[in-house]
Amino acid sequence: MKAWIGQHLTALRDALRRLLAAPLNSLLSLLVIGVALTLPTAGWLCLDNLRQATGDSPGVQQISIFMTLDVGKSALSDLESRLKDARAGSWRFVSREEALKHLQASEGMAEIVASLPKNPLPDAFIVTPDDTRPEALESLARTFAAWPDVAHVQLDSAWVRRLDALLRLGKLVVMLLGILFAGALVTITFNTIRLQILAQAAEIELAKLIGATDAWIQRPLHYFGVLQGVLGGLCAALLVTVGFHLLRAPVGELAQLYGANFVLQGLSPLDITALAVVGGGLGWLGASISAAMYLRRVA
Amino acid sequence: MISASELTKRYPEGREALRDVSFEITAGEMVFLTGHSGAGKSTLFKLLAAIERPTSGHVLINGQNLAALRRNAVPYLRRKLGLIFQDRKLLFDRTVLDNVLLPLAIVGHPVREARRRALAALAKVGLPDRENTLPIALSGGEQQRLAIARAVVNRPAILLADEPTANLDADSAAEILAIFRAFQQVGVTVCVATHDLPVLSGPPPRVLRLHKGEMRDLSAAAAGTP
Ligand SMILES: Nc1ncnc2c1ncn2[C@@H]1O[C@H](COP(=O)(O)OP(=O)(O)OP(=O)(O)O)[C@@H](O)[C@H]1O
Ligand SMILES: [Mg+2]
Repeated sequence: MKAWIGQHLTALRDALRRLLAAPLNSLLSLLVIGVALTLPTAGWLCLDNLRQATGDSPGVQQISIFMTLDVGKSALSDLESRLKDARAGSWRFVSREEALKHLQASEGMAEIVASLPKNPLPDAFIVTPDDTRPEALESLARTFAAWPDVAHVQLDSAWVRRLDALLRLGKLVVMLLGILFAGALVTITFNTIRLQILAQAAEIELAKLIGATDAWIQRPLHYFGVLQGVLGGLCAALLVTVGFHLLRAPVGELAQLYGANFVLQGLSPLDITALAVVGGGLGWLGASISAAMYLRRVA
Repeated sequence: MISASELTKRYPEGREALRDVSFEITAGEMVFLTGHSGAGKSTLFKLLAAIERPTSGHVLINGQNLAALRRNAVPYLRRKLGLIFQDRKLLFDRTVLDNVLLPLAIVGHPVREARRRALAALAKVGLPDRENTLPIALSGGEQQRLAIARAVVNRPAILLADEPTANLDADSAAEILAIFRAFQQVGVTVCVATHDLPVLSGPPPRVLRLHKGEMRDLSAAAAGTP
């Protein structure tokens, strides 16, 4: 066990030594990997922030139920009890008189309203549903529309749906980007390891001749790939964090202009760890493919 | 210890490098393998170390048939052998000490003990205090000693040396052979391939002579008169 740990430590030290032996090369590889990982990470982070921004802005997901004009008091209480039974969320009743008063209070509307022969506005219920998923809103709106004495149901979430579709598209794009750049990372590692093997061909050949197992030869190469991937992942985390830090103030200002209290969220420690792990894993993959191909060739 | 029977080796390009070669080397023996250039000495060396596979015939090392060896068992066989290659195969970008440490690292010795053993091996071949130089700064004879130190640092039971005295003057060659003698005297089986038989003091050694891929086992007495 102790010998096993010792061998791994030696391999890790060997990998570190090789990384530091060509600092410029290593730095360039790290930067390339970092940039490759930055794009999907930043995209994912943007989506996450967008979801957060749209998810908790109140007053957006409302359903307005407009009654027919000649509706009676009994119909209104009937609808109220239906709403209660449907457990759709909270609601507010806006009587036609109240709506008219509201309209009169608006700038320049008073004269227009005064000139009307009778109140053209219907009674209305403004429902704020608990479940704000677009599908749930849609189905609620359909339910409401089927009730008696309901003239019109207006779902204020058309743009939410559009945004949702956009977010879903964004997610797909980020995923494709992720796959693309994961492939790039594997390729980059594959190539660095290939160059490394070329540079050490004499040493590897000799080691094989004097009793090194394939595992022994591959170990430092694997560590090198993992190390490069992890450091590349951390490099990407750094780039994304700096970028989001620069964006935070302007985005906050923009949000303020819309009356929202929104703070741009950067990468959490968990995100950074995940990035390092993913980078390490992909690095390992590239390195092991490269090493295995080489050993197959010389066997 | 080493037993070869009816070894034939034909390289893909065609010519037979070895034809029907059989011999035995017992434990603790020191044997010279000699013959003209192209006689097949290096080929035989590679067959004994499982670097090449014979076209027919087989090799037993310690009773173990190399032909029956699985691919992943080969490294463990090699660790029992001390190999000195005709082209030496020193790592010129590593220090003398690092060169000797390599076999120990492969086996997985703890670092501190490995260092101690490597320094002892260097001292034994007459290269003390040179551990931090690069091999390029060593003379030909010193490089050969380094190759020997690397071969013996794992304390192998069998030492196979391919042309260890090539390109060395008579004195250096004699010193190298004296080192092999010393190993033989502590029980190591030594097999030295060389195209020119050295002048040796002490009892005449056993000589295996290869000629165009065929072997004649010269008795110790006949060694001086080819
Ligand atoms: N890898 C190879 N492929 C094809 N032919 C080879 C190969 N290695 C050796 N030979 C041939 O096999 C024959 C024996 O070669 P070998 O290297 O065993 O000779 P040797 O006795 O070691 O010679 P030297 O004293 O010059 O080292 C030669 O004719 C050589 O051309
Ligand atoms: Mg030879």
